[in-house]
Amino acid sequence: MLVAMALMGVAVLLTAALLAMALQALRGASNFVYPICFMACSVLLGIAGSALLAGADPAPTLVLPIGLPWIGAHFRIDALSAFFLLVTNLGGAGASLFAIGYGRYETAPGRVLPFYPAFLAGMNLVVLADDAFAFLIAWEFMSLSSWALVMSHHMEAENRRAGYIYIVMASFGTLTLLLAFGLLAGSGGGYAFRDIRSVAAALPGLTLTLVLIGTGSKAGLVPLHVWLPLAHPAAPSHVSALMSGVMTKVAVYGFVRIVFDLMGPADWWWSILVITVAGVTCVLGVLSALMQHDLKRLLAYHTVENIGIIFIGLGLALAFSAHGMQAPAALALTAALFHVFNHCLFKSLLFFGAGAVLNATGERDMERLGGLIHNMPLTAFAFLTGCTAISALPPLNGFVSEWLTFQAILLSPALPSWALKLIVPAVGAMLALSAALAAACFVKAFGVTFLGRPRTPLAASAHETDRASLAAMLAFALLCLVSGILPGLFIDALAPVTQGLVGARMPAQTALPWLSIVPIGESRSSYNGLLVFLFILISTLLTIEVIHRFASREVRRAPAWDCGFPDPSPATQYTADSFAQPIRRVFGSVVFRATERVDMAAPGDARASRLTVTVRDLVWETFYAPLAGLVSLLAEWLNRLQFLTIRQYLSLVFVALIGLLLLVSIWP
Amino acid sequence: MAVIRDLAAQGVQMLLVLALAPLLLGFTRMVKARMLRRRGPPLLQPYRDLLRLIRKQAVIAENASWLFRSGPYMIFAATWVAAALVPTFATGLTFSWAADLIAITALIGSARFFLALVGMDIGTSFGGIGSSREMMFASLAEPAMIMIVFTVALIAGSTQLSSIAQFILTNASLRVSLGLALVALIIVAIAENGRIPVDNPATHLELTMVHEAMVLEYSGRHLAMIELAAATKLLLYVSLIACIFFPWGLAGPDGDFRAFIVGIVSYLIKLSVGGFLLVLFETSIAKMRVFRVPDFLGIALMLGLLGTLLRFVSGSF
Repeated sequence: MLVAMALMGVAVLLTAALLAMALQALRGASNFVYPICFMACSVLLGIAGSALLAGADPAPTLVLPIGLPWIGAHFRIDALSAFFLLVTNLGGAGASLFAIGYGRYETAPGRVLPFYPAFLAGMNLVVLADDAFAFLIAWEFMSLSSWALVMSHHMEAENRRAGYIYIVMASFGTLTLLLAFGLLAGSGGGYAFRDIRSVAAALPGLTLTLVLIGTGSKAGLVPLHVWLPLAHPAAPSHVSALMSGVMTKVAVYGFVRIVFDLMGPADWWWSILVITVAGVTCVLGVLSALMQHDLKRLLAYHTVENIGIIFIGLGLALAFSAHGMQAPAALALTAALFHVFNHCLFKSLLFFGAGAVLNATGERDMERLGGLIHNMPLTAFAFLTGCTAISALPPLNGFVSEWLTFQAILLSPALPSWALKLIVPAVGAMLALSAALAAACFVKAFGVTFLGRPRTPLAASAHETDRASLAAMLAFALLCLVSGILPGLFIDALAPVTQGLVGARMPAQTALPWLSIVPIGESRSSYNGLLVFLFILISTLLTIEVIHRFASREVRRAPAWDCGFPDPSPATQYTADSFAQPIRRVFGSVVFRATERVDMAAPGDARASRLTVTVRDLVWETFYAPLAGLVSLLAEWLNRLQFLTIRQYLSLVFVALIGLLLLVSIWP
Repeated sequence: MAVIRDLAAQGVQMLLVLALAPLLLGFTRMVKARMLRRRGPPLLQPYRDLLRLIRKQAVIAENASWLFRSGPYMIFAATWVAAALVPTFATGLTFSWAADLIAITALIGSARFFLALVGMDIGTSFGGIGSSREMMFASLAEPAMIMIVFTVALIAGSTQLSSIAQFILTNASLRVSLGLALVALIIVAIAENGRIPVDNPATHLELTMVHEAMVLEYSGRHLAMIELAAATKLLLYVSLIACIFFPWGLAGPDGDFRAFIVGIVSYLIKLSVGGFLLVLFETSIAKMRVFRVPDFLGIALMLGLLGTLLRFVSGSF
């Protein structure tokens, strides 16, 4: 019943896509497409919430006679699907609400409106699918519709390049997933997830690597992340929010579904691969984000970091459960899944904010913004909430999930294997480093965009965004606060998911006094977001009261002091690049081979001095540039085959036939 | 009755850190002046400064936003809450389980986040330079702090400060990792409070200043709040070192009135010793260039990581 309702919701979305295609020429098409999407996502959100809380056992399933004739299309909502369905549609509902306002300013609505509902439908289907065929079709549908959205502003060369790299990486990812499912199904060839679960994977290590590549390329694990910071910013902002906040989570779902549910227990050493890649992803993602001055690209790189945090949790869960430590595995998995939820909230919120800024000023480049807090106070407030949350600062939600991850790391000395004992603390240090760098990154993002003085007339004449967009941003800001101060409710809701996947759950949190959360036992560690929030609130109010009662309340406005040398030109402010300069010098000189060259004019010379900064993308240079070179070399070489005579083609066919016959005859 | 006692102890703790913070600052300034063979300001001068600042009119730049005006209160509140969560004279206070050491570190991070933001609000180059450098220092100091937390937590089996203090009290023994953590924590404390050799708290109009550059535009009551927050942060770090590494004298969770008195007296002694050692270190070393600070903090990070690794490898370190 639930599954049928969910599929109806998806059908509504697909209908909306067809309708939008038919009516895209109409001026007000966005006025009904986005509200329909909003309502469909809200209904699906309700279905997901009720499925997660009710926890029906066995999970409701549905088989439709479409797809491959001997398989059909299986759909199922278990606890894991329900959770990710919730995340998907929470992000979807928020983005649709935002787009009700934002979509009106779209310059090419005909290129966005049909694909947007299709993209939402694709993501929902991935989460609902219960056989490999439906999963892959939905996965590819999701990739292609998001690719179309990335290409919606295809007149800019940068976007075309982004789209090209995205489609190559997406196809490659699907290919590896296809191979992984082939390995999982084995020679028996049952492609329904129920059949896959019942047979042990033939080559678990290879399968896990393939799955890590396939889902990691969609989620943005280093070194498969290259498309992400190009493609996410290229799309319209509400789609960027969906791609960063939701589609990467669907990729995480793919990983969790296959590795924890379908594959069966893997050997512990495969967790080393996951944890190491995740740690590197964290640090490289946040450092790359710090080097950016395009607001949306900064946010996209930051998604890479957060995916790293999520995969650290997943890797730890894998390591713990391989060693039969169920309670720590449940903790690590809960941390990862809670971060999935949190990241969906604040990254969507931040992309909405970036969209509002883009709308108000026409700029994504932070170096041309500044001082927006005066003209866009509510957007600034919501964006600041998102910045605080993503920087893992209490009492907001980002802190809680990172805190849980730290607690999981603290349990890992009990792991028996030596390699993990050495790698986990190093990854813990990387996580701590990336948390601190994230704070620096978002001081930069907020400080340069919203604070200071406007750097261009466009930034000075910005206006507050529309009501629907503001409603979406403020709602997500509120959710960030709620899930930060009442994390126990969310952790308890995740209990059936971890119970199903690793066979244990975190202790029941809502029964604890004052709604605090404890990962293992109260003597070990506890955190109470509600109390911390109340403490800060009360002491702030108390201070304001005391100060305003006993102290001077006078305020005088005067020109800025600036040590007596204020400069009226806004160009003398710190920019995004100059803010990041110390960090670029400390970390970037190693990670990006960053160099600075100062070309100073000689005294008396009227020529302008130049500061040249070079930052190299080593991942691109070491992995992709040689690969692209190899591919073009091969293509060049194979190109000769296009210009043969008919006799040569016939002999080629003959040789191929002989070769195949030989192969068949000697095959055991 | 027990509830009232607990709440009273918690209230005393909150007020104590607030009342003692300027005193510790005045004490360090006085001792420092004496060491430099100056007379120096009297012990209670920071209180007088704060009172004077509070009474004054606040002068705010024309383009200051709401964040600039509300920032000092948020910064002060976050620092105050963090300081009040560190056991000073007694462990196991009512609300001590509300936040563990990681949360306290993150609360200090929150205060720093807003301090760096308000530094950029007016749009002057001094504010920007201060914020930028503060975040660069923090990007190393914070992971170092987390690694210290890891080391200590792995020794004591808990990230709760009260449990850690109890563990050290009952299982006192010299450990390599604990020593590494102590050195690292001292480095972090020096950097976080902007003391010499990282930053000079008594400087103005210098291109190397960090903390003072961020708060350059503040005056009157706003400046008073920020100064009080800075003083509270210094007290917090001294209390933290005292609580983790020298918990002797702390009253237990079921301590009576006498135990509390002993706790407060020993806390005062620890504070004065800590302040004295800080000044002794400051007067014997020169301030370092700003890009030497990452190396200095890198040492803390490496020591913390080494301590954690040792604990991961064997429980006997």
